[in-house]
Amino acid sequence: MSTAGHEAAANAPTAGEYIVHHLTHWNSTGHAQKDVIDFSVINVDTMIFSVLMGVIGLFVMWRVAKSVTSGVPGRMQAAIEIVLEMVNDQAKGIVHSAESRKFVGPLALTVFIWIFLMNSMDFLPLDLLPTIWQAITGDHHAYLRVVPTADLNGTLGMSIGVLLVCIYYNVKIKGFGGWVHELFTAPFGSHPLLYPVNFAMQMIEFLAKTVSHGMRLFGNMYAGELVFMLIALMGAAWTASATGVSLFIGHILAGSIWAIFHILIVALQAFIFMMLTLVYIGQAHEAH
Amino acid sequence: MNLNATLFAQLVVFFILAWFTMQFVWPPIVKALDERAKKIADGLAAAERGKHDLELATKRSTEALREGKEKAAELIANAEKRGAQLIEEAKLTAKVEADRIVAGAKAEIEQEAVRAKEALREQVATLVVSGAEKILRREINAQAHADILATIKQDL
Repeated sequence: MSTAGHEAAANAPTAGEYIVHHLTHWNSTGHAQKDVIDFSVINVDTMIFSVLMGVIGLFVMWRVAKSVTSGVPGRMQAAIEIVLEMVNDQAKGIVHSAESRKFVGPLALTVFIWIFLMNSMDFLPLDLLPTIWQAITGDHHAYLRVVPTADLNGTLGMSIGVLLVCIYYNVKIKGFGGWVHELFTAPFGSHPLLYPVNFAMQMIEFLAKTVSHGMRLFGNMYAGELVFMLIALMGAAWTASATGVSLFIGHILAGSIWAIFHILIVALQAFIFMMLTLVYIGQAHEAH
Repeated sequence: MNLNATLFAQLVVFFILAWFTMQFVWPPIVKALDERAKKIADGLAAAERGKHDLELATKRSTEALREGKEKAAELIANAEKRGAQLIEEAKLTAKVEADRIVAGAKAEIEQEAVRAKEALREQVATLVVSGAEKILRREINAQAHADILATIKQDL
């Protein structure tokens, strides 16, 4: 009985097993990470796909930048120009220092394109790359997650990067002394009794900004991926019965609807992450 | 949702990508965009200038046309005046010439008349003499009365 049950589980995983399997990263240890926080582990799939997406995005933009013309632009150049112009306009509206924009503009563009491409990995059929990977390795339980932004490490890595840029500009614009002074006197005012309150507020603000920045993107993509998995389970439950057929049709309908809606989420989340990056860096430029 | 070292790796990748964009992607495209904006602005200014020039040229050409018409009208009027003058002059000359010819003819006629009278006088004298001779031949010698005859001839 137990052997038979085990065999059945190996051949056709239950819904829970399917989802857990799909939410487990291919990491450097070879098995699922046990502790919540373990800095000796690295998610190989997240790294591969995020670097791949970054390289693809930047390569395309670099190709355009190399043959860029101020005359009549080609379609590709026009497309890149539209995105760049959009990012540049937003940056101009939020970060008022032209000197800072030389770095902040490209940073925002990179963030937008990179996150857009990473989010777009969600459009690939859910089991396509994992199945190919399992066929290549010959291990039918090989883990692979293809959406780097549905990994908290990926999004928090980027939001911490933004935090570092913010701290850099805080120190650069206000001077180290000026920034420390601000940490203790803003937002409530300069009074020795208020120093600890101000400092605590500032620390909470930095922490909240960074965590919410990373969590927002992660949450959206993670939830999106999860919905795709649930839809996939619907189709997987297909049988030659009335319920089975309606499940199959439901899979197609829900899958199409969610994929179309996801186009919005993919672009929107990339845009929101970019805008918040600009807003946080812009705040670092403003003295209280 | 486990946290691990991927976070730091992603952080590093983030900055490398941003650096690459800042170095190789952003500046040429922004430069091209600025250049195109300038080109378009120049083109618009040139078009504006062209329009203004066209207006001026139209005004000038109208002016020239008007002037030309005026000049032509003036020329025609002058020519007409001159033509009339020429005709007038020609008429005058013709009249003078005709008068002269008429006067010449009259003088010639008079002269002719005088000559004819002279000739007639000669012939009449001869006739008279021959008549008288015939008469006198019977009566007197012609030579004897020649001087009388000459005096008569003178008086005729």
